[in-house]
Amino acid sequence: MQGLADAGWLAGLRLSDLLFYAVALVAVTGALAVAFGRNIVYSAFGLLLALFGVAAIYVFISADLVAVVQLLVYIGGVLVLILFAIMLTSKIGDARRSNLTLALVPGGVIFLLLLGLTVFLSLTTPWGTVAGRGLPTLRDAALEPTSERIGDALLTDFLLPFEIASVVLLAALIGAVIIARKEMRLLTTGGGQGNRP
Amino acid sequence: MPSWWWLLIEVLVKVVLVLVPLLTVAALLTWDERKQSALMQDRLGPNRANIGPFTLWGLIHPIADTLKLFFKEDIVPDRADKLLHALAPILALAPSLIVYCVIPFGPAVQIPGIGRPIALQVADLDAGLLFIFAISSLAVFGVALAGWASNNKFSLLGALRASAQMFSYEIVLGLAAVGVIVVFGSVRMSELVARQATPLWGGLPSWGILVQPLGFVLFMVAALAELKRSPFDVPEGESEIVAGFWTEYSGMRWGMFYVAEFVEVSVLSGLLVALFFGGYHIPGVDPGWALTGHTVAIPFTSHGLAIAGWGWGLLMMLAFGLKVIVGDVVLQQIRWTFPRFRYDQVMSLGWKMLLPLALLNVLVTGAIVIR
Repeated sequence: MQGLADAGWLAGLRLSDLLFYAVALVAVTGALAVAFGRNIVYSAFGLLLALFGVAAIYVFISADLVAVVQLLVYIGGVLVLILFAIMLTSKIGDARRSNLTLALVPGGVIFLLLLGLTVFLSLTTPWGTVAGRGLPTLRDAALEPTSERIGDALLTDFLLPFEIASVVLLAALIGAVIIARKEMRLLTTGGGQGNRP
Repeated sequence: MPSWWWLLIEVLVKVVLVLVPLLTVAALLTWDERKQSALMQDRLGPNRANIGPFTLWGLIHPIADTLKLFFKEDIVPDRADKLLHALAPILALAPSLIVYCVIPFGPAVQIPGIGRPIALQVADLDAGLLFIFAISSLAVFGVALAGWASNNKFSLLGALRASAQMFSYEIVLGLAAVGVIVVFGSVRMSELVARQATPLWGGLPSWGILVQPLGFVLFMVAALAELKRSPFDVPEGESEIVAGFWTEYSGMRWGMFYVAEFVEVSVLSGLLVALFFGGYHIPGVDPGWALTGHTVAIPFTSHGLAIAGWGWGLLMMLAFGLKVIVGDVVLQQIRWTFPRFRYDQVMSLGWKMLLPLALLNVLVTGAIVIR
């Protein structure tokens, strides 16, 4: 692997490398907007950019199905729900209400721990030999179809985790219904029309 | 020139081949919509715009409308969020333009003079159908941000209604497509279309509408709801909430929402054609006639994509275009045929009727395919 020490590293840049840096810039810019945005709507919008950038990076490592699912679940699902919650909350645009952070000391401790972990991982991972173990690297991954293999794997080798995830989802759904119903009952006993379930 | 230059040129040509007809048809659909509404309401419709003595049955109106929109004052409310207010129409228009890049508008063809076969599809993604759902789910952001950024109660109400409606019917849309995926055994758009050429009983092709009738009805209804057009136009609801999320838009920003709506009509029509009406296949024509006998291998599958001669490829492109336009007219006609649902009716239709039906469709389809 030729690093920065090689004088001709700029000449070795390929179109895919440039695209990667552009995409990474989008993701990092989005993440910064989430963290530093004073308005929560802008933070949510930054999250859109960050998730989109990460999805594009998945494409770079030949995981197009994961990229599409990322768009579908996180952007099309989770983020829309977040926006929904924001729009339904009054005066959420106030800077004082959004982005309440931890105090400086615990925040700093968490930051330092995470920074240490990331640096440790990036230094100890044998990047050069990843390709040797048959795993795709950013530079050399060919865009291969993955959806069929992932589908097969999900319904054979990973059936149990798959089913457990669906049970967890069901539990979450039932929990959501129960919470919603309780509020409805409080509202109706509080003197509204009492004929709603 | 290096080979990736040729690839770039090929992709750009295909993008032009998709975008130019798409936007032209969108402009023509604005004319068609007004003529169709006039027909249904016993009026003449647009007939005044002219070049000299020629009015061309009102066909000049789309051009006049566009010019007018460009020169109209662009009013942004004083307390609006300027950045998001400007961004929202772009976010609404972009997804519908992107979606068309995975819909095949013709088979893979062998063009004389070019060595390798060319697929008449901008990008043949492995997870094509999922990509369509992923990208079209982005359209919600344009609408939601438009409503929020306008700083207007009616806009916000419209945006809330629109997001809830699009979110609910996306589920039905996806589940209705699952039936098609199960029957044809692929999420790759080119394969989904190619499989619909295999004969069914009595010489009928196995089009999606024949093997998935319930799936088709569900998909069609959910698609109409995604379009936010009557009978599902409560997000605009001009008799209730002024114009919903469009309220604070004027000039070309409003125009972008308007264009997005008509592009979406063509997108959903194209999707209906690709999934349920045999895509580019010409009814009555044995697809075997068109083939050159060669195939392009599809990686990780045991079969390949057949290559057609270029003449047949052209015919099939025309067939696809014709089907999409017929679909457009039918989708538009529905708007002028049915009255608007109430908001609670929209929700209960989606969650209490269509969703269980879609689940039933998946279950029955799965049972039949496994047996």
